[in-house]
Amino acid sequence: MATHVISKEPLEPQVVETPNETDWTKPQALAIPKEGYFKAEQGRYGPMFPRTPACHGFTIIAKIKPGTEGEIRQYGKKLENALAGAPHVLAPLQLHYLRWVLFDVGQDKYFMYQGIFDTDFDKYTEDAVALFTQTGINTIFEKLEGFPSDWRTNVPAFIKFLREHQCPSFLEYGEYPYVTAVEIKKALKLKRAFSDMLDQMQ
Amino acid sequence: MLEVDDIQHFLLTRTPALAARYEFLTFRKSAAGRAWLAGLIDKVGTGKSVGSASPDSRWVTLAFTWNGLRALGVDEVSLETFPEEFRQGMAARAEIIGATGANHPDQWVGELASPALHAVAVLFARDVGERERCKKEHDRYLSRIGDVDVLSGLDLEAIHPGEPREHFGYRDRLSHPVIEGTGEEAPPGSPPPIKAGEFFLGYLDEGSSRPVMPQPEILSRNGSYLAYLRLQEHVGAFRDFLRQHAQTLDEQELLAAKLMGRWRSGAPLVLAPQKDDPALGVDLQRTNNFDYGKMDPYGYGCPVGAHIRRMNPRDTADNMQRRQMVRRGGTYGSLLAEDAPEDGAERGIAAFIGCASLIRQFEFAMNVWVNDPRFKDLGNERDPFVGTQDGTFDMTIPKRPVRKKIKGLPAFTTIRGGAYFFLPGIRALRLLAAGAPALVQKPRKVS
Repeated sequence: MATHVISKEPLEPQVVETPNETDWTKPQALAIPKEGYFKAEQGRYGPMFPRTPACHGFTIIAKIKPGTEGEIRQYGKKLENALAGAPHVLAPLQLHYLRWVLFDVGQDKYFMYQGIFDTDFDKYTEDAVALFTQTGINTIFEKLEGFPSDWRTNVPAFIKFLREHQCPSFLEYGEYPYVTAVEIKKALKLKRAFSDMLDQMQ
Repeated sequence: MLEVDDIQHFLLTRTPALAARYEFLTFRKSAAGRAWLAGLIDKVGTGKSVGSASPDSRWVTLAFTWNGLRALGVDEVSLETFPEEFRQGMAARAEIIGATGANHPDQWVGELASPALHAVAVLFARDVGERERCKKEHDRYLSRIGDVDVLSGLDLEAIHPGEPREHFGYRDRLSHPVIEGTGEEAPPGSPPPIKAGEFFLGYLDEGSSRPVMPQPEILSRNGSYLAYLRLQEHVGAFRDFLRQHAQTLDEQELLAAKLMGRWRSGAPLVLAPQKDDPALGVDLQRTNNFDYGKMDPYGYGCPVGAHIRRMNPRDTADNMQRRQMVRRGGTYGSLLAEDAPEDGAERGIAAFIGCASLIRQFEFAMNVWVNDPRFKDLGNERDPFVGTQDGTFDMTIPKRPVRKKIKGLPAFTTIRGGAYFFLPGIRALRLLAAGAPALVQKPRKVS
């Protein structure tokens, strides 16, 4: 049985100076500096994070209030049902995927909310907060330590919380880099149309 | 219920003014600033006193920068309760709104980027004669008060007295948000009246909430924020561009319309895609009665990157009711005759954009709609008129059978200055004039 030799030295991240955003056939990785961006660019609510081969995204990590794990988990089912009833409600965020995770650090329980999408979060941040409110995602946020109690009337405080708990990636990878959800859906639609056509030609 | 007797008229009423004067001021002493203000409050028109049937011939508006509120004696605890974007001011946030390169605050005129800028007195006048009279009166008033200096001023006047047009020749003031509670009816095709909280502090907004206000509330209630922009228009460059990219006069007119989304008459391309229709342009019952999603989804009439489609994507953007703003202002500088070469004189538009949240409304529009090259998947475009253009962006004009793409759009405008102001209500103006200790109040506890 062949074995792989794993180098003891950490791999040097390859910084892609000019990412090729047009060639989806060539998988790409992008190592990101500690700050989360290559060039300091001022967004409305803070620094702008770059688009990577894995598109835009965020990873929000926060400690939950003790004893709220059950309520948070229950909320997963509620959100599943809400989205079944209104499947396009999150469309404005141009999402690929959202992931909600609970995990332990010592005695404490932490919550991670990770999203991959095609819009720049800083640009559409108020739309996101409005949707969090509309779909009730904020009821999870209310279980997080440090979440502003006046979030309903203080959107900037809500956004500040998200920003303060965002952990930028240090490496992101895309098997089909920079492809948007819209492009994927277009390709699948085309595939279905061809498939239907072939079925009818039989 | 809108407290129209406490709200400055500026964002509520469009006056029949054909001339204006903006005076940008600094208070060398707090007491002088307060004395100046105290003597002017009674001249400030309210939403109640100023109406279209009003016999007035001049209308005064007063607004303050964050530094100006401090100079008037507002205490630090209260100052800290104002939103961060207002505290920082436009110059500090220039990159966000695209004021870079030739538009950078280092290049601004009139000391608008200076922390010494404390206030603006906006005077709208029925005509130039009345404006000149008021200017002299204000000069005399300032010399009596002392220690309040004019940093700079700007004269504005209508360049086409018969109709509102700007220097490129486009008809202006064709659409504006209708504010709930004013009694005004939204014309066909316009969004329903917008909740007052989108423009004035202390009211329910389109998010069904009453956002936290700067403290004490008496200082901020019935107030609004204003973003001021002085935008130079390069008329010679614009006309050269049209001649360079279109052969006949008709083709030049069509190209001008494609950049704007409306013909210079005001007729929208969605309703008049082939040929100008001046009667449609001036008919306020018809000129906004269109959408993009159903009537022109691919932009064959109005390109997706055209100015009016970026600044008001109508049915093709989310949360539109939360992005509305009121614009007040006009043209400055002389008209460049149609057949005259560029004379190098500065001319343009100088306007105040009013809203309840600079970051959510004004900065969003500048950052996303105007300057995001990926807006609506366009890829490499910015607003052809207001976007930060440096010759590296394009303009796509969808056309059958093949689209037209103009590469390397030149800058038709340059930001020559800007600032953020707070436009207080009348009670708040009196409070500011009275000074501390009236202004000292503990902020609301935010946990």
